[in-house]
Amino acid sequence: MADNERVLGVIRDAVEEINSTLPEDQQLEFSEETALFGPSGALDSMGLVNFVVAVEQGLEEEFGVSVVLADEKAMSRRTSPFRTVGSLKDYIHTLLEEKQHV
Amino acid sequence: MSNLPVMVVTGARKGIGRYLCEYYLERGYQVAGCSRGTSDLQSDRYEHFEVDVADEQAVKTMFSALRRRHGGIQALLNNAGIASMNHVLTTPMKTVRSIFDTNFVGTFLCCREAAKVMVRQSHPRIVNFATVATPLQLEGEAIYAASKAAVVSLTEILARELAPLGITANALGPTPVPTDLIRSVPQEKMDRLLDRQAIRRFGEFRDISNVIDFFLRSESDFVTGQTIYLGGVS
Repeated sequence: MADNERVLGVIRDAVEEINSTLPEDQQLEFSEETALFGPSGALDSMGLVNFVVAVEQGLEEEFGVSVVLADEKAMSRRTSPFRTVGSLKDYIHTLLEEKQHV
Repeated sequence: MSNLPVMVVTGARKGIGRYLCEYYLERGYQVAGCSRGTSDLQSDRYEHFEVDVADEQAVKTMFSALRRRHGGIQALLNNAGIASMNHVLTTPMKTVRSIFDTNFVGTFLCCREAAKVMVRQSHPRIVNFATVATPLQLEGEAIYAASKAAVVSLTEILARELAPLGITANALGPTPVPTDLIRSVPQEKMDRLLDRQAIRRFGEFRDISNVIDFFLRSESDFVTGQTIYLGGVS
């Protein structure tokens, strides 16, 4: 999975962008286990929306493809692909693979 | 990248959309129009995208291109719309899907993708297009009126969801304006329709741009989720 680091890089940049808007005590750390959205996640629904925009734009710049991060489970606190950095990374890989097969 | 405010007008090739492109070009906007066909509008501040508003990937690509070229957009006028007069009992399913695809799905997709590139812009505005056919419950317009009722409902909730981002979302409901959309409607039916307006005349293009001007003003940042009908229809 050669793209793994590139996808993680895009997510890392988006996390940094969100951190620049959050107070000191609410900063997100960066690891695949970092909880983004959900019971222990740092993002509320507006935070998630801003984060999604940052990741979509990052993917476009890094991979030159426009993907839509929209999922019927997006707002589910248990099964959302935006639960953790790791689950988001897997979800993005699925979307990028779908793009390559079109 | 210029500092001009950037506006997107859907359904830009003809009719109200074409007028709005020219009107806002005159007022100093950088205008991006889209339609399924080409446009012959010439201006160094106009760019045209051949995009079907119901095509998710095409819409996404258009707004991404505008973000790269201009850094973002300030205004979206969701003018693209189609109508088809028919009795409910003789309306084909294909027509229903096609009207909902352009009028509702197209509006939704453009709102979703525009909002993403409006973040951090000054006074970002979304203006959707409703119709007096909805409150007047016009016979023969069931599917068209229903698709626009969905647009009104979308606008009202969009207003709440986008308020934290500083984006306002409103709609205007024009009365019939003499364009291609109503060319096939019999005169007698038009007269009956005009009789139900408080002010009994056809709408003009300037009636539409007047309401849009109001929504776009920076002072209108406390106005959102509203639908303004023209001609005294409510």
